[in-house]
Amino acid sequence: MTGFPTLLYKEVLRFRKVAFQTVAAPVLTALLYLLIFGHVMDRHVRVYEAVSYTTFLVPGLVMMSVLQNSFANSSSSLIQSKMTGNVVFVLLPPISYLEFFSAYVLAAAIRGLVVGAGVLLVTTPFVALPARELHWIVLFALAGSVILGALGLIAAILADKIDQVQAFQNFLIMPLTFLSGVFYSVHSLPAFWQGLSHYNPVFYMIDGFRRGFFGISDVDPRMGFAVVTGCFIAVSAVALMLLKRGYKLRY
Amino acid sequence: MASVERYRIRRPGRAVMAAIEVRQVSKRFGALQALADIDLEVRKGEFFGLLGPNGAGKTTLISILAGLARANTGSVRIMGHDVTLDYRSARRALGVVPQELVFDPFFTVRETLRNQSGYFGLRANDRWIDEVMESLDLTAKADVNMRALSGGMKRRVLVAQALVHKPPVIVLDEPTAGVDVELRQGLWQFVKRLNSDGHTIVLTTHYLEEAESMCARIAMLKQGRFVALDSTANLLRRLPSMHLRLRLRSGQWPAALEAVDAGGARVVKLRSYGEVESVLTVLREARCEIEEMDLQQPDLEDVFMEIMRSK
Repeated sequence: MTGFPTLLYKEVLRFRKVAFQTVAAPVLTALLYLLIFGHVMDRHVRVYEAVSYTTFLVPGLVMMSVLQNSFANSSSSLIQSKMTGNVVFVLLPPISYLEFFSAYVLAAAIRGLVVGAGVLLVTTPFVALPARELHWIVLFALAGSVILGALGLIAAILADKIDQVQAFQNFLIMPLTFLSGVFYSVHSLPAFWQGLSHYNPVFYMIDGFRRGFFGISDVDPRMGFAVVTGCFIAVSAVALMLLKRGYKLRY
Repeated sequence: MASVERYRIRRPGRAVMAAIEVRQVSKRFGALQALADIDLEVRKGEFFGLLGPNGAGKTTLISILAGLARANTGSVRIMGHDVTLDYRSARRALGVVPQELVFDPFFTVRETLRNQSGYFGLRANDRWIDEVMESLDLTAKADVNMRALSGGMKRRVLVAQALVHKPPVIVLDEPTAGVDVELRQGLWQFVKRLNSDGHTIVLTTHYLEEAESMCARIAMLKQGRFVALDSTANLLRRLPSMHLRLRLRSGQWPAALEAVDAGGARVVKLRSYGEVESVLTVLREARCEIEEMDLQQPDLEDVFMEIMRSK
């Protein structure tokens, strides 16, 4: 635990310094989604009997913001350091690969959770959200943010250029989050797509997170959490293996 | 912890531990043999120069010392600590000033130095950080963002970053590349002071006169191998010749006196001061009148060129 506290602090300070861009902007984006989708769809779509569409939408938007911003934090921080060369400052000190992983992933999770909390906060004037099973809210938010933080780390390690991280984001993270039931219940999909959704780990994160608010979900949250935990273990194992080998970081 | 201590291998018969110990290190990048079976020992307190043309392997060697690159074979120890097996102690003992002018644009000078210090586990280090900033004339810029600094100032911050954890061994990879004269001299004074305080210094530079005046011992790398490793004085003695440059006012240059034309003047190679006398005698007998004369000692650049040519 030599360098971990400072590396974590530095990573948090980094996004705090540009909070307008890293926190305020994504909160605004989520709010725009809510205003547009909520306004257009509220009278036409009803997913759960007792829940209006706008209310249904909010937890999805919150979780989507958590996930996308966790990913964005670790991936952009590390790829920028790699590109500018200042990654040597964290490679020269006695920081173990486990400390490196923990600091980047935790800072990413903090950014994701701060943005998520921000989205939740700005939507309170529009919807009254219950919190029927609070523990699922907390558990899925934490798990989702660390998984995407670790995924961002992997993307930045593998990438040689910033565009490659953006491609990772545009062609993997975005489709997975948009097709995960942020804007709809997968039950409203045709059978094929519904089946496919069950192979999307982000679906379980959104569904389990929403469960915490409404007490209803598409799948059993315990099953969902098991899937999400499995994902965390797999993604972390890959990230740790890359870091331990020094892949594309130490030559 | 106790069990780890017990198994730590003591190396008997090593009265003086080297600051840097490189044993049979090789490194390949694909088809390129960057380093081939390198052996090197830098003693504690030495001021050591690592020279060689671009691509000779200097930065690769430094990267291996610092753990930024991993050797394919061989071992490296910094102050007795293996850079892979005991990387924490090895990295604590080493400060590296990288060649590239890198910086983190998110932070001020002070934040940069505090972070760097924290990475080494030193989280209440402001007194030393202030002292380092003072020595490098950075105090006035302490709260300025790194982006707003000139190249020379950024270079100073890089030096300061390498020193935050008071490493006994300091490696400077071309610290004066693209740096103006004033900063260069200031930097050398500071590095000399660190050396006289007991720090071991390893330096790479393209300015050979700097290496000649600063380093007590020099290694020259070419294509991943050492082609010379000796004290600076011995290296300078390797070229026996001095150059006596003469320009005549009148008279015909005597054919018996071997010389090279150099822009109207003639250069005679000498092996010792004593030969000056005989050259002058020959010229006097040929009734030559001397207009200009000077004696040039070989410098490190001549030695460097000679070694690079011959090996």
